[in-house]
Amino acid sequence: MKLTLNIWRQQDASSKGQFVTYSIDDISPDMSFLEMLDVLNNKLILQGQEPVEFDHDCREGICGSCSLQINGEPHGPDRLVTTCQLHMRMFKDGDTIDIEPFRAKAFPVIKDLIVDRSAFDRVQQAGGYVSVNTSGNTTDANAILVPKHDADDAFSAAACIGCGACVAACKNASAMLFTSAKVSQYALLPQGKVEATTRVLNMVKQMDLEGFGNCTNTGACEIECPKGISLENIARMNREYLSASLQG
Amino acid sequence: MSVLDSKIPEGPLADKWTKYKNEIELVSPANKRNIDIIVVGTGLAGASAAASLAELGYNVKTFCFQDSPRRAHSIAAQGGINAAKNYQGDGDSTYRLFYDTVKGGDYRAREANVYRLAEVSANIIDQCVAQGVPFARDYGGQLDNRSFGGVLVSRTFYAKGQTGQQLLLGAYSAMNRQINRGKIKSYNRHEMLDLVLVDGKARGIIARDLVTGALERHSAHAVVIASGGYGNVFFLSTNAMGSNVTAAWKTHKRGAYFANPCFTQIHPTCIPVSGDHQSKLTLMSESLRNDGRIWVPAKLEDAQAIREGRLKPTDLAEEDRDYFLERRYPAFGNLVPRDVASRAAKERCDEGFGINKTGEAVYLDFSSAIMRYGKEKSLVMGIKEADQATIRRLGEEVVEAKYGNLFQMYEKIVDQNPYKTPMMIYPAVHYTMGGLWVDYNLQTTIPGCYAAGEANFSEHGANRLGASALMQGLADGYFVLPYTIGDYLSKDIRTGKISTDLPEFEAAEQAVRAQMEALVNANGTHPVDYYHKKLGKIMWNKCGMARNEQGLKEAIEEIAALREDFYKNVKIPGTTNGKNQELEKALRVADFLELGELFAKDALSRNESCGGHFREEFQTEEGEALRDDENFRFVSAWEYKGAPKDAVLHKEELIYENIKVKARSYK
Repeated sequence: MKLTLNIWRQQDASSKGQFVTYSIDDISPDMSFLEMLDVLNNKLILQGQEPVEFDHDCREGICGSCSLQINGEPHGPDRLVTTCQLHMRMFKDGDTIDIEPFRAKAFPVIKDLIVDRSAFDRVQQAGGYVSVNTSGNTTDANAILVPKHDADDAFSAAACIGCGACVAACKNASAMLFTSAKVSQYALLPQGKVEATTRVLNMVKQMDLEGFGNCTNTGACEIECPKGISLENIARMNREYLSASLQG
Repeated sequence: MSVLDSKIPEGPLADKWTKYKNEIELVSPANKRNIDIIVVGTGLAGASAAASLAELGYNVKTFCFQDSPRRAHSIAAQGGINAAKNYQGDGDSTYRLFYDTVKGGDYRAREANVYRLAEVSANIIDQCVAQGVPFARDYGGQLDNRSFGGVLVSRTFYAKGQTGQQLLLGAYSAMNRQINRGKIKSYNRHEMLDLVLVDGKARGIIARDLVTGALERHSAHAVVIASGGYGNVFFLSTNAMGSNVTAAWKTHKRGAYFANPCFTQIHPTCIPVSGDHQSKLTLMSESLRNDGRIWVPAKLEDAQAIREGRLKPTDLAEEDRDYFLERRYPAFGNLVPRDVASRAAKERCDEGFGINKTGEAVYLDFSSAIMRYGKEKSLVMGIKEADQATIRRLGEEVVEAKYGNLFQMYEKIVDQNPYKTPMMIYPAVHYTMGGLWVDYNLQTTIPGCYAAGEANFSEHGANRLGASALMQGLADGYFVLPYTIGDYLSKDIRTGKISTDLPEFEAAEQAVRAQMEALVNANGTHPVDYYHKKLGKIMWNKCGMARNEQGLKEAIEEIAALREDFYKNVKIPGTTNGKNQELEKALRVADFLELGELFAKDALSRNESCGGHFREEFQTEEGEALRDDENFRFVSAWEYKGAPKDAVLHKEELIYENIKVKARSYK
């Protein structure tokens, strides 16, 4: 395959960025999108140019490192995959592909396609945990029964990989899907219920402080989420938040 | 007398850990506040250690090269975590988990460490459930279990095919709680590039801020290396792209012995290599062998027809298939340990029975399980005489609920539907049992420097059983280090803060700076990947699933030559300032180029086959690994002496008092 790539290049956080066009051939449809960028980068290095920097690690869709906006969509045109799982067979010979970093006020660009997503960590630090001592001196794991349905729903929410596609997809750059996934996981489990009130209040507060936008229920986040995290989580968080505010 | 003192407590095996905990020195809460601990790596071992040490009151600094602790490669572990809970009532116990692990490791692990691991395993599950980890449950609301290779009980707890993710997010949440309390300071996008010793003790690290490029000095009273394994020395492995040996290797170069580097796990069920462009290999969880059956065509002509696309696997009649694991190992069948399954698959492919274009793949087939589950489900649903299509549909639903994300992953990569046609799989490098030598306290040969999780060598011997890596990582971090480090630090309560202005810090920083500048200034002709791929080829061909004396000798020469060429001819654009991913890669590959040589030297010195270490010269008539307990029942611990070829071997003899050492059989 022969392709034309329009790639966002930006030296560092304080520099101004711009699109640079590259052409590349000898791309196999079996390559992953990131392997295609590896080929480009090795070519650039041999030409004495700086390679395109992008975040990536596990290359199997679970670490949440990769984060590209491809032709205007987070993680590209395929559904339920991250960029590292996107394969070149989704594109045609001769295609032009635009590649940008995730765009959001709360995700400043570090270099080229790499953004700073530490805002997500701070939202989690505000309450995304159960306050249990890690000494292991707790009750037997089967002492509290959890209905399978609740455990399954909690797992589905907990499957979030924190990649930020939901924010990049949202016209308001809202982090509601991300935050609600964690709030839901704990709200659905007896172990998490104890601190549910303070958790939701603190996490939402931090989410707002980080500069994420509001939710206007367009649902783009759910469509672009590589892990299929459901909008139901946002509804659940809204209920939790309302009830916590009334108690609070 | 060996210089290695494993510090195993006296007394009966089952009482050692309790007795040890009763006798150690403690640090008062007031003193803990004045003691700093550095944890390098935030996978299961690092994150759980950091959270627990902070919980106890120490000041903890964590370091990870990823942009968040949550992205450490433990996140990718799929199948599950073992624990001797015996919830299934199928005969499990602490002793049986201990026994299975020692036997699975081909009698090359330390008894006392393994027993302690089995002893604390049950508590890990209690801990994780209390943290809100959403394990799979049955309809009664209790935790569900499944089976893994090399055992005859169901002791594996799981969360679909994402167990590592859920456990790591649990440990990360425990870290977050401590970060919020100000007890952990987390340095992300930072890479440890050297260990600093003051008066012979580990007192800090040199780290590089990967965003600004600045070198930083961090001091502490103890340093924990939890930086994972070194499978990426093979270039292609199931490890993440960034997984590296640098933190462990720099520690080795500062005096910590490196144990059993040649003990590497080649995992049988990975998606086969598809071409030269490939950057990594993807695992298909061992849990799939609960329900998948591994086979190749029984006739060479059928294998050839399949390779050429003239025949489909689903067209092949039952009697024309060779379920070679079930044939060779009737007792354990498809659930033999990984080393055994991998070698059996290689043997069939070497004989010409491989089924993909390259001839290096076998089938993992779910059709029997789909029909079996479908039948059961139709009966439960009250459908008395369901037709085949209904049974298949219901069966696919059950399989999807169990392994859905793995099937989806497979389909995205291979572009084939594994519900309809068998998966193609082949062995790939997955885990490294070797690592920094540690004593019972998990302390390396450098006082104050500890190693946890995959970065150390201790529990898995020559082969790790499935679902035991998660167990070991969390056991080390949550339950072992918090005791053992305290005992060491009890002597450090009067030390006070360690200054980073000490000459030792200055010297270490200068050495790191010099190495970085040498690499950037080489301005040669080949990108880093060129060298990494070449190293990977040497490792795979000569230090892979089967090794022999001649190949290993060649590997040692070739790696040394490649390393020399690397420093002369590598090309790294940009400077040492600011973000520079090529420089990051180069620093890691430089260490792999040293480790690779020691790896081959270790494999050459071990004139026996055991677990994942298979020397062609040492096998039974049936092609099974032939151990030599008389001459090699020891841990090889290598001391750094300036170059890998000069490394000096120290032996820790392994003593088995509670288990009878015998030939490992899964027949």
